[in-house]
Amino acid sequence: MRIRAQIGKVLNLDKCIGCHTCSVTCKNVWTSREGMEYAWFNNVETKPGVGYPKEWENQERWKGGWKRLDDGSIQPRIGGRWRVLANIFANPDMPAIDDYYEPFDFDYAHLQKAGDSKTMPTARPRSLLTGKRMEKIEWGPNWEEILGTEFKHRSKDYNFEGVQKEIYGQFENTFMMYLPRLCEHCLNPTCVASCPSGAIYKREEDGIVLIDQDKCRGWRMCVSGCPYKKIYYNWKSGKSEKCTFCYPRIEVGQPTVCSETCVGRIRYLGVMLYDADRIEEAASTPNEQDLYEAQMDVFLNPHDPEIEAEARRQGIPDDWLEAAKNSPVYKMAMEWKVAFPLHPEYRTLPMVWYAPPLSPIQSAAESGRIGYNGAIPDVDQLRIPVRYLANMLTAGEEQPITHALERMLAMRAFMRGRNVDGVEDTEVLERVGLDVATVEEMFRYMAIADYEDRFVIPTNKREYAHSMYDGQTERGGCGFSFGSGCNAGGGEDADVFGGKPNNKRNFFSVRVEKMGN
Amino acid sequence: METYINQLIFGVGPYLAGTIFLLGSFLRYERGQYTWRAMSSQSLNNPPAFRWASIAFHVGILLLFFGHLFGLLTPTVVYTSLGMTPGAKQIMAMVAGGLFGLLCFAGLSYLVYRRLFNARVRANSSPMDTFIICLIYLQLITGLCTLFVSMDHLDGAVMLELAHWAQGIVTFQAGAWHYIVDVHWIYKTHIFLGLLMFTAFPFSRLVHIWSWPVEYVARRYQIVRPQ
Repeated sequence: MRIRAQIGKVLNLDKCIGCHTCSVTCKNVWTSREGMEYAWFNNVETKPGVGYPKEWENQERWKGGWKRLDDGSIQPRIGGRWRVLANIFANPDMPAIDDYYEPFDFDYAHLQKAGDSKTMPTARPRSLLTGKRMEKIEWGPNWEEILGTEFKHRSKDYNFEGVQKEIYGQFENTFMMYLPRLCEHCLNPTCVASCPSGAIYKREEDGIVLIDQDKCRGWRMCVSGCPYKKIYYNWKSGKSEKCTFCYPRIEVGQPTVCSETCVGRIRYLGVMLYDADRIEEAASTPNEQDLYEAQMDVFLNPHDPEIEAEARRQGIPDDWLEAAKNSPVYKMAMEWKVAFPLHPEYRTLPMVWYAPPLSPIQSAAESGRIGYNGAIPDVDQLRIPVRYLANMLTAGEEQPITHALERMLAMRAFMRGRNVDGVEDTEVLERVGLDVATVEEMFRYMAIADYEDRFVIPTNKREYAHSMYDGQTERGGCGFSFGSGCNAGGGEDADVFGGKPNNKRNFFSVRVEKMGN
Repeated sequence: METYINQLIFGVGPYLAGTIFLLGSFLRYERGQYTWRAMSSQSLNNPPAFRWASIAFHVGILLLFFGHLFGLLTPTVVYTSLGMTPGAKQIMAMVAGGLFGLLCFAGLSYLVYRRLFNARVRANSSPMDTFIICLIYLQLITGLCTLFVSMDHLDGAVMLELAHWAQGIVTFQAGAWHYIVDVHWIYKTHIFLGLLMFTAFPFSRLVHIWSWPVEYVARRYQIVRPQ
């Protein structure tokens, strides 16, 4: 057993209001640079929809994630090592910028400079790729916001697999939900596996997946390899960039920017202990529907004294073990089983999990009758089809999703009974296998969601201090920089070796470099 | 004067170019590795034709490079002892070089067109990006032009002179430049542009040629590193 720790994440979709605060704060910190305007390390999609980039979930088209071979082993869907190298001159499975959107800005200055006219002056769009006028913007980072575009386009959504989708195009039956997405910091990342240069790596201490900007050669195989399409090619620097899980913040015990600023308080960060020796076996599970269970088997119980002793022996710091016991991620994913991995069928063993959203009772509106399963409404009557959520979170296996939704409904019914009607209806809890103490804890975490409960992040150990990046207090340092430390290589003005100036808008930029001891 | 220029370009030039090429590559790798990349523009403009053009260009130019490497640096005695006359080798070189050259030419023509006339690619090309692709294109064209000159003398004599020059240069023979004083100007132009390319190499995107990721076939899929 090789015990490792990772800061995992849960997003409680039941409370996401789709405000995009996470996306915007993330962008302001990490990607407000030329070359990365089109990249959103965090974005919020309205589902059903094809998403960003278009049809990212359709791996027939983009070939992301892993494929299980007949011999039981797995390899990236883009192909084995030789196939990847054979495609190095032109990547056939790479989304181009139009699959995301052509970045644009508006001629705001015209509003002030325009002369006297009978009509209001307008700020017209300009492409940030060419600087030329764009007559019509055809697509954007969030074009499908709140069911924008026609149903026939949005219905290409891969999560409609096995769902009679036509009826959901009718106004009366329509449904929607928000899906905030970021890098999953997978246990079995395909981006790492498909990088010919070996520039992408997973950090041993906290599981964060990073791209070494110095070692990246811009072959772009990671863009194809990642099934979530959360690696972005910076067309200006010629390097790939990705969500860093705000590691400079995580290292000092602060939540990621997206989590910190989430106004709905839907994001949770906590330590998960896992057995690294079991990753490959779990990712190779024959049946896709079993991958969710298989990934749960990789996680270790931090409350088990034997696990704790072994983890300590293998060098996991004490405060990490303590944090693992109080991890909101562990509670939601493992104890209450209300959080699920995003598309486990990609075999990446993702580490950003989602609690499924409840939705209005569908038939109540049309007929006045509501199907009840005891005191809990029948989840099959929910407006969002369970199969749709299952396709997204459990490879189509409906039972775990039904179970989670029933628990959330039971929690609501019980707390409503207690607070509004003044009755303790424990029967509703027994039906879903909960007791009063557990449901009170669930309520505390999922409904109240205090800052201290949502974010249980151990700070970096003093023993690691020499190798830690300390952007706030570093003296005489160059702060965030592009790869080459304080050298001019691309960070300052253009250098003699052909680096392009990056200093136009780099008040925050990416530093992902090898930190020597 | 003409002798002096010949000596400067074909005697001293290769060492100047070679030094800048090697030392420049080393320094850029050491001091500014963030700028060491292939600088693909595929994400800006990705029609199906681009893929085939890029593959044709890359495969073509790699074959041409290795063709030149072996063709010029293989000692004459190696192939004559195998029963191949210089004339036969010249024919072989012309046929192979011609085919690879045409493959490369087809791909590169599209890529040059795209770099100069596609608005997005044009807007995001540095002066060096444009310079280097035009230099390679010119180099390829002069290379293809040598075929027509070579057809006038199929005995392999000029080829031997060029090979002796190249072998003399890489083995540090002081007078190697004498070998090619009298060859047709088209060969000289081709060599001169080649030296220019080696000189520009460390300052351009060409550095990605050093980074052929062969280690990928042998490494484990997952990489875990401590902070």
